[in-house]
Amino acid sequence: MSLHELTIHELAARLKQREISSVDVTQSIFARIEATEERIGSYITLCQESALAEARRADERLKAGGRSSPLLGIPIALKDIFITKGIRTTCSSKILDNFVPPYDGMAVAKLKNAGAVIVGKTNMDEFAMGSSTENSAFSVTRNPWNVERVPGGSSGGSAAAVAADQCIAALGTDTGGSIRQPAACCGIVGLKPTYGRVSRFGVIAFASSLDQVGPMAKDTADCALLLEAVAGHDPADSTSVPAPVAAYATNLDGKMTGVKLGLPKEYFISGMQPEVEQAVKAAVRQMEQNGAEIIDVSLPHTEYAVAVYYIIATAEASSNLARYDGMKYGYRARGKDLAETYFRTRQEGFGPEVKRRIMLGTYALSAGYYDAYYVKAQKVRALIKKDFDEAFKKCDLIVTPTSPTTAFKIGEKTADPLQMYLSDIFTISVNLAGLPGLSLPCGFDNEGMPIGMQIIGKHFDEARMLKIAHAYESATEWHKTKPKLS
Amino acid sequence: MNYEPVIGLEVHAQMLTASKIFCGCATRFGDAPNDNTCPVCMGFPGVLPVLNKRVVEFAIRLGLATHCEISRRSRFARKNYFYPDLPKGYQISQYELPVCEHGYLEIGAGEGKKKIRLTRIHMEEDAGKNIHEARGDYSLVDLNRTGVPLLEIVSEPDIRSSAEAGNYLRNLRAIVQYLEVCDGNMEEGSFRCDANVSVRPVGAQELGTKVEIKNLNSFKAVEKAIDSEIERQIHTLSEGGKLVQETRLWDAEREVTRSMRSKEFAHDYRYFPDPDLLPLVVDDKWIAEIESSLPELPAAREQRFVNQYGLPRYDAEVLTGRRDVADYFETAVKLHGNPKAISNWVMGDLFRVIKERKLDEALRIREWPVPAEHLAAMIKMIDEGKISGKIAKSVFSEMLASGAAPETIVREKGLEQVSDTASIEAAVDQVIAGNPKVVADYRGGNEKSFGFFVGQVMKATQGKASPQIVNEILRRKLAAQ
Amino acid sequence: MKITREEVKRVALLARLQLSEEEESRLTEQLDNILQYMEKLGRLDTTNVEPLAHAVDIVNAFREDRVTNEPQPESLLANAPDRENTFFKVPKIIE
Repeated sequence: MSLHELTIHELAARLKQREISSVDVTQSIFARIEATEERIGSYITLCQESALAEARRADERLKAGGRSSPLLGIPIALKDIFITKGIRTTCSSKILDNFVPPYDGMAVAKLKNAGAVIVGKTNMDEFAMGSSTENSAFSVTRNPWNVERVPGGSSGGSAAAVAADQCIAALGTDTGGSIRQPAACCGIVGLKPTYGRVSRFGVIAFASSLDQVGPMAKDTADCALLLEAVAGHDPADSTSVPAPVAAYATNLDGKMTGVKLGLPKEYFISGMQPEVEQAVKAAVRQMEQNGAEIIDVSLPHTEYAVAVYYIIATAEASSNLARYDGMKYGYRARGKDLAETYFRTRQEGFGPEVKRRIMLGTYALSAGYYDAYYVKAQKVRALIKKDFDEAFKKCDLIVTPTSPTTAFKIGEKTADPLQMYLSDIFTISVNLAGLPGLSLPCGFDNEGMPIGMQIIGKHFDEARMLKIAHAYESATEWHKTKPKLS
Repeated sequence: MNYEPVIGLEVHAQMLTASKIFCGCATRFGDAPNDNTCPVCMGFPGVLPVLNKRVVEFAIRLGLATHCEISRRSRFARKNYFYPDLPKGYQISQYELPVCEHGYLEIGAGEGKKKIRLTRIHMEEDAGKNIHEARGDYSLVDLNRTGVPLLEIVSEPDIRSSAEAGNYLRNLRAIVQYLEVCDGNMEEGSFRCDANVSVRPVGAQELGTKVEIKNLNSFKAVEKAIDSEIERQIHTLSEGGKLVQETRLWDAEREVTRSMRSKEFAHDYRYFPDPDLLPLVVDDKWIAEIESSLPELPAAREQRFVNQYGLPRYDAEVLTGRRDVADYFETAVKLHGNPKAISNWVMGDLFRVIKERKLDEALRIREWPVPAEHLAAMIKMIDEGKISGKIAKSVFSEMLASGAAPETIVREKGLEQVSDTASIEAAVDQVIAGNPKVVADYRGGNEKSFGFFVGQVMKATQGKASPQIVNEILRRKLAAQ
Repeated sequence: MKITREEVKRVALLARLQLSEEEESRLTEQLDNILQYMEKLGRLDTTNVEPLAHAVDIVNAFREDRVTNEPQPESLLANAPDRENTFFKVPKIIE
């Protein structure tokens, strides 16, 4: 196998033994990118020069020996939502087209301290608003399994890059499913941690009470390693929780005996793509055979989740995006006076989906509507969370399909925004309740497109979630299958 | 129709913390543009606010000093609007759940004492500064001030005149200065006031149309603007006109309020709880800690000065106007128990020097021109007859110049008052003998010439003779025949 | 009708978006559709439910009152669309 096809844990061992160098791995990655990027389009910005410099520095550290992070010398891709000092950061928006940040975000800083190599910034839906990466202002990213299809979104670039071996692993963000759904679309593992587990400082904000940073990787062990590297309390983020970071990667023993898995009936309704339902049910049966106990649970307020999400997320976003006004950074349109400058800058700088959500959010907060929409949504949110609290009294983890369908065709869902929103139905409640959730591959549909299964955990129970996911993964070969990129 | 004015005041006080409310930038005034900024207060993408604990402490301090209920649970809220000096496009403030509520401030004294209720006190961040270039079609923005912590103090519309408003502001300012949460400088902008003014027929319960007045840069401006606005409103209504609820600016030059350029966009601030900040929970223990560290407040101290030191209300008010002055006064009085004399010297000569040297511009005077110990000692010498009041003036000047103690100065310059009757008698005799014409004048009924004799005797004794003894001896000797 | 074209205009004003005629029409229709969907929330009885402030129940994140930042105006103004010395330069603000 070529170096770019390997995982973090496979490479870390060999790097430490000095069988290979970080420069070797990095060069392998960039060669792979060169060979495939025209077809996939995962990246907005590539950092070849600085990456090689980082790789050389990593090699020095490896040579010096001593304790080091498993990420030392590993090429990682970053969704272009992460603030990277000195590296163009656009959030896939025209309004930040030429923005070069003067500081590093916390997750990025942690990766750098660990000695990871930053490959580049990946494509995404503009301001993380979307489920297909089609809302990028700059380019289209294609699903490596079938280039006529979307890679999912909003972390589509990161998902495609991992699936296509254009990076060893990547970071994404998840507000309503933006790590898990693209992971499912691209046949990789994606994890959204508990809200507050990873610092949001240096992550361009979409919806403050929902956004979380998470790993996207080729297998569960890699996700665990990457999560360990970025998790932890950050005094610069008031919402980050001072809970100790477990050693997620050391608990993966392949056993799932006695674990209680809840299956919520509301997530197995008609309207799903039949192969998706079949694959997830088959996965559940397999886990049962391996010792898990399957329990029926109910999350009765599931049908309200999309409505709740699209009020709260858009309301918070409408406020978070007010800073893009052309005064301090980013795009500025020509205007005869201040007012016109504001109106034109934002009109020209934002894409249609972003504008739509800003409008919706502004409406939901405006005088006369605040109680009926925003407050009401926060109340129903409490009910949704309570559903999970109740369900978790009966089970340890909850299992669902990640998405009702596999990756759809590029352009298929762009006509009706509401239809696009409804496809988030299985992932969205997890963000509303602040719970951790991951998606891992559990099969393919009749066209060979990957199917993802979602595992949801209790607050700060990422360790158990990863353990069980890993146990399922060890008993299957899905994660070893790679897309054919001729 | 008789109208009564109904006035409420909104004060924004900049807090004296070292760093800003949500980031570690300095709150220093006067630095180069955009020197005291960082990605957080500049509203860069990806940044988050973290609350300065001292800001909460200051808010609770002020709340306790104004008899407020301290909310055990409060929240920050976003106030959303667009302006170049507001980099995030929203101001972090408090809306539904402020940290302090339902307090009051007393104004006036004795019979005229009145409670002005406070609706609320809350914490928020200040905005930056826009500088409008006279030439050209652009403005310049300095964000140094963005994120400086503010306390917003909102009064109920309990104020009924411009004088009461002035009173309220002075009292509030004294309190924030005493607490050292704000330096109370209206001219420099650390203590700002907007007035809400309406009028209604006397006896009516409903409130009239409220007009907000901004751009008030001094206490005088507040009082004048209120009077001007009351007059405008009454005049309008009397003519059968209608008042518009609006914001008006005080034009200090023409001394009228002006309607602001028509605001194209109605304000809908779309307040909602800031999801980047956690709920603020304040427990009894913290409140008790803060309460125990509160200094004696101006109103209480003023009353005590009247009761304990027998000072006239005017003196008490002036001396307790500043905490450092009140402290100075009490230090002196402890050393020498003549409060009235000390008060006179402090309010007279000492204040004059302080003003000349602009020492009062600091919130707390650290280096006094004359230490309290020296002033007390000097007054003690006067009271013991060791020096005269007149000589004391030169002693005071010398203390200012050299910093030496009064006893040292008096001794070195030989300024001790001559109370030795024999030598004074000798001097008097000499003067009387040397001025027969004036003696005859005086004995002839010209009272005024007495002063001439006093002057001559003082001259003969280099001003050191005790004036009382001189007077007494002169009178006796001049009367005798 | 959940939302009228007039309301869309008002909201666009608040959000500082200069929508084209065509966008206005399209958004009116789309937002109306979405808001109709949101109606379902009205069916739920939430009388005694507290709004969920935070997914995780923590309070009081503070920092100490210390100056920890150094002046760095050049790096902060590097992305400014327009500047004059260390000021941001913006179109004239009319008071």
